[in-house]
Amino acid sequence: MCAKQVKKEAQQVETTGHAWDGIEELNNPLPRWWVWVFYACIAWGIWYTIAYPAWPLLTQATQGYLGSDMREDVAAEIKRFDDANADIKAKLVAAPLTSIATDDTLKQFAVSAGASVFKNNCAQCHGSGAAGVQGKGYPNLTDNDWLWGGDVEAIHTTVSHGIRNTNDPDARYSEMPKFGLDGLLDEAQITQVVEYVLQLSGQEHDATLAAAGQTLFVDNCAACHTETGAGDRTQGAPALNDAIWLYGGDRETVTATVQGARYGVMPSWAGRLSEDEIRAVAAYVHSLGGGE
Amino acid sequence: MWDYVKLIVLALIAVLAAIAANYAHDLPYMVNALVVMLAAAITFVWQLRHVGEPAHHPQNEYLDGVVRAGVIATTFWGVVGFLVGVVIAFQLAFPALNLGHVTEGILNFGRLRPLHTSAVIFAFGGNALIMSSFYIVQRTTAARLFGGNLGWFVFWGWQLMIVLAATSYVLGGTQGKEYAETVWYIDVWIAVVWVAFLLVFIGTLWKRKEPHIYVANWFILSMIITIAMLHIVNNLAIPVSFLGSKSVQVMGGVQDAMTQWWYGHNAVGFFLTAGFLGMMYYFVPKQAEKPVFSYKLSIIHFWALIFLYIWAGPHHLHYTALPEWASTLGMVFSVILWMPSWGGMINGLMTLSGAWDKLRTDPIIRMMVVSVGFYGMSTFEGPMMSIKAVNSLSHYTDWTIGHVHSGALGWNGMITFGALYFLTPRLWNRDGLYSLKLVSWHFWLATIGIVLYASSMWVTGIMEGLMWREVDANGFLVNAFADTVAAKFPMYVVRGLGGAMFLTGALIMAYNLWMTVRAQPAKAPVNANNFVAAE
Repeated sequence: MCAKQVKKEAQQVETTGHAWDGIEELNNPLPRWWVWVFYACIAWGIWYTIAYPAWPLLTQATQGYLGSDMREDVAAEIKRFDDANADIKAKLVAAPLTSIATDDTLKQFAVSAGASVFKNNCAQCHGSGAAGVQGKGYPNLTDNDWLWGGDVEAIHTTVSHGIRNTNDPDARYSEMPKFGLDGLLDEAQITQVVEYVLQLSGQEHDATLAAAGQTLFVDNCAACHTETGAGDRTQGAPALNDAIWLYGGDRETVTATVQGARYGVMPSWAGRLSEDEIRAVAAYVHSLGGGE
Repeated sequence: MWDYVKLIVLALIAVLAAIAANYAHDLPYMVNALVVMLAAAITFVWQLRHVGEPAHHPQNEYLDGVVRAGVIATTFWGVVGFLVGVVIAFQLAFPALNLGHVTEGILNFGRLRPLHTSAVIFAFGGNALIMSSFYIVQRTTAARLFGGNLGWFVFWGWQLMIVLAATSYVLGGTQGKEYAETVWYIDVWIAVVWVAFLLVFIGTLWKRKEPHIYVANWFILSMIITIAMLHIVNNLAIPVSFLGSKSVQVMGGVQDAMTQWWYGHNAVGFFLTAGFLGMMYYFVPKQAEKPVFSYKLSIIHFWALIFLYIWAGPHHLHYTALPEWASTLGMVFSVILWMPSWGGMINGLMTLSGAWDKLRTDPIIRMMVVSVGFYGMSTFEGPMMSIKAVNSLSHYTDWTIGHVHSGALGWNGMITFGALYFLTPRLWNRDGLYSLKLVSWHFWLATIGIVLYASSMWVTGIMEGLMWREVDANGFLVNAFADTVAAKFPMYVVRGLGGAMFLTGALIMAYNLWMTVRAQPAKAPVNANNFVAAE
């Protein structure tokens, strides 16, 4: 410990004269650039707090001489787009749904607006590309296999009211019985009917069992799925005679479906989206390739 | 007499914890109560075997046993924390790694994430701070640690807190505040341990044999005091039951959010900045064997830093329900904070002037220099990101994650590694480290790992910020959220690899430190600097 200031030969700068565990401190001045940048930041800070809302007072904060308000900025930007789109939105709501596809400006607007609505509201289940989730019960919207109808009006109704939800009385509704769980068919009968469904969809199957399953199918399934297995859109009954499956078309999955049935739910969007948004998203889905 | 009081208290705690576990309302509480019971029982047995032993606190010797334990704990929790970090990084890239169907949620990202942050900040960083402040304050005051075994209480109390927090998180016990997830009774325990830490530190300063208090100690003291205040105010809560982990926050809505980020930002400002600057101010001049560059700068930037940091929290809440004036002040104080933060970097780097050649030969100095460099980079990036216009792009994106990690891995990690390499041979009285070559390997793995981490997060952060705000000519959003997630995948893999490199470096360090203690010959007894033998 040495009390008087010591000059270090090499640095030509004095130390403060203290040492802690061998550590000394040089008495270098503050770097000039550091001081000036610090001052500049402080000066900028003072100006900024005068220009923008900053200092809290008794009842409210200083508002700043630039009159900036970020909440108003957001509202103004939203209003700018709303105003710009107001006319075409009104036109979209007034036009018959079927005429949207034939009006180029209307279609262009509806599809770009609908794509945005879709990506923020529908993509969670149907995927951002609208291809659904294969095998999980989220239908692909880009093909021409529709459960409840694929013309723009049917799509509009589905989006507006949803499917099998409990909060919209106009929701599309149908329910497949749980043939196994509710004891409507026994294990042997389910095996037979499943083989028949595999035959209907052109897959490898046991012909003897399938033949027995045909009667069971006509008695139990054809009311909704029709005798040919083509399905019925008025009841949301899927076609069983093609290769497109909601939950899967292999023996095991079809057996599980007959056993316990499925109950896919889609929310009602009428209260959450405005009419122009629903029409836009219907037009968008209709434009994806499978629209009728 | 005093020993018997301790035995009675420990026995009581063990019995009460057993009763609490029996009547627990929820699983995290029950498991935590069992952990407390076990800890009290082990301490009871230990105490029983040492009854009547005379207290041995020679005032002419440093209390280094607790620092040695701290070195081991810091290394251990570091490896654990980095490992969990690598796991959750890959969980984000490959969600199947959540193993949700196997573990019923215990290893979900949502539970491992607080485990990771608490492990690296409070277990790794906290142990690093406690052990190095115990070492530094003794060396720079030339006094033995105050309070007899109180330092050991702080050490073991902190480890108990870590185990309680970790077991609570994976079982779903959380109060849902970022970096303050610990439930109410753990918060109470943290406060008790932290006040003991304060007592040990102030007590040692009080009985110092040096006329002046060294700058490292100002930083550490400001850290201890401020963290105590932040922790207590942010965790004001009313337990739903004394037998359950749930509690209700005293503050609500935007006030709670503001308190949370006042805490959260100053956990960064005081825990991870001021405290680690204290480490930097001791270990850098010691390792470089050079005087500190400027005493004036250390004073000015110390007071500027601690005065300004405490106001910067609102920049975490730009464009939210927070009033605009608070947002403005948070931003302005953050920008003014730039130079005071850089004061520490200048003092650290300029201390090496005249010793730059050591960068070639001493990988420990290299580690410290890179650490200070990352400190400078992230304390520039931070004020920049606090500017509202920048924040509107960066907020909620991975840019923030990258920013935090260039600070945490680069600054906190590297300076702690440097300190561990500095301390181990000295504390175990060994003739240097086992292998400087392995230090070099650690250095390069860690540095490249950080660069991969930070740059991949810049790319994905800015990309997702731009994708979120992209609108078409009619003002409609162009991208779905899932599109941004899908686009980030390659960068998530790069980030995970960077983390894996950092973890590998830490494992190499653990091996190197272990071999230093096990295999290195003892240092020759003559030691001019350390006038006392290690305990």
